Amino acid sequence: MTMSKEFEDQLKELQARVNKLESGTKDQLSMVVFSGNLDKILAAMIIATGAAAYDMKVKLFFTFWATAALRDPKKKGKGKNFMEKMFGMMLPKGTGKVKLSNMNMCGMGTSMIKSIMKKHKVASLEEMFKTAAEIGVEINICEMSMNLMGFKKEEMIDYPNMTVCGVATFLSDAQESKVQLFI
Amino acid sequence: MTTEELKNLKPDTIVDARGTACPGPLLAAKKGIGDINSGQIMEIYSSDEGTKVDIPKWCQKMTHEFLGIVEEDSYSRLFLRKA
Repeated sequence: MTMSKEFEDQLKELQARVNKLESGTKDQLSMVVFSGNLDKILAAMIIATGAAAYDMKVKLFFTFWATAALRDPKKKGKGKNFMEKMFGMMLPKGTGKVKLSNMNMCGMGTSMIKSIMKKHKVASLEEMFKTAAEIGVEINICEMSMNLMGFKKEEMIDYPNMTVCGVATFLSDAQESKVQLFI
Repeated sequence: MTTEELKNLKPDTIVDARGTACPGPLLAAKKGIGDINSGQIMEIYSSDEGTKVDIPKWCQKMTHEFLGIVEEDSYSRLFLRKA
C-alpha cells in the first residue's frame, strides 16, 4: 500500500507532536513551601511524602518564612551582621519552634495541637522530615530568602537531598511536573 | 473476592500500620511492597479510616490488584496482589 505524500507528512507531524507532549511532563510534584507555620509545613510534608509513596518524584522549593524551619537548632551561622543576628533571633529556629497559623494563642494553641497530634498518632514535623529524607524527597532552598533572613548554609539541617538554588531551578522543575503546588 | 475467600488467603507479607495516621499506612504499604515479588500478596492492617479509600486508589495508580477489605473490631485488613 502506498500512502500519499501529504498523508505521510501529516502522520509524521502528529507523531512529533505526541512525542513532545509525552516527554513534556513527568510523574513529578513540584511544591513551593512559602509559609513558616507548623500547620502549613505539616500539610506540605504530608502531601510530599504521600506523593513519594505514589512513586512520584518530589521536589520542594523552600522559600521565605519556610526557610526558618530548616535551621538546625544545634548549629550556628558564622559572620552575621547586626540585622542578620536580629532576624535570626526573631524567627523560629527549626521545626520544633514553628507556630500554628491560627489559634496560636501565645504558643498555647501550638502546644495543644502537638499533644493532640501525638494522641491521634500523627507524625511530628521532625518525623516527617526524616521520612521524607528516607523516601527520597528533594529539598531546594531559595538562596535569596536565605540571604534576606541572614541564614547561612552551615546552620541548616542535615538532609541528604538538599541544594541551595534560585527560582530558575523551581521553574524548570515545575515545568516538567504534572502537579505543582504553593503552600 | 468475598470476605471468606480473603480470610483464607495466605499473604506473603503483612504490614502492620495500626496506630499510624495519614500518610503512615500509605508509606508502610510502599515500604512493604518492596519486600515481595510480582504476583505475591500483601496484607495491610490499618486503623485509619481513610486508608480504605486511599489504598485502592494507590493500587490503581501502581497497577497492583486490590483484592478487598476484611473488617475487624478496631481495624481493617486490606489485601492486594503486586503487579
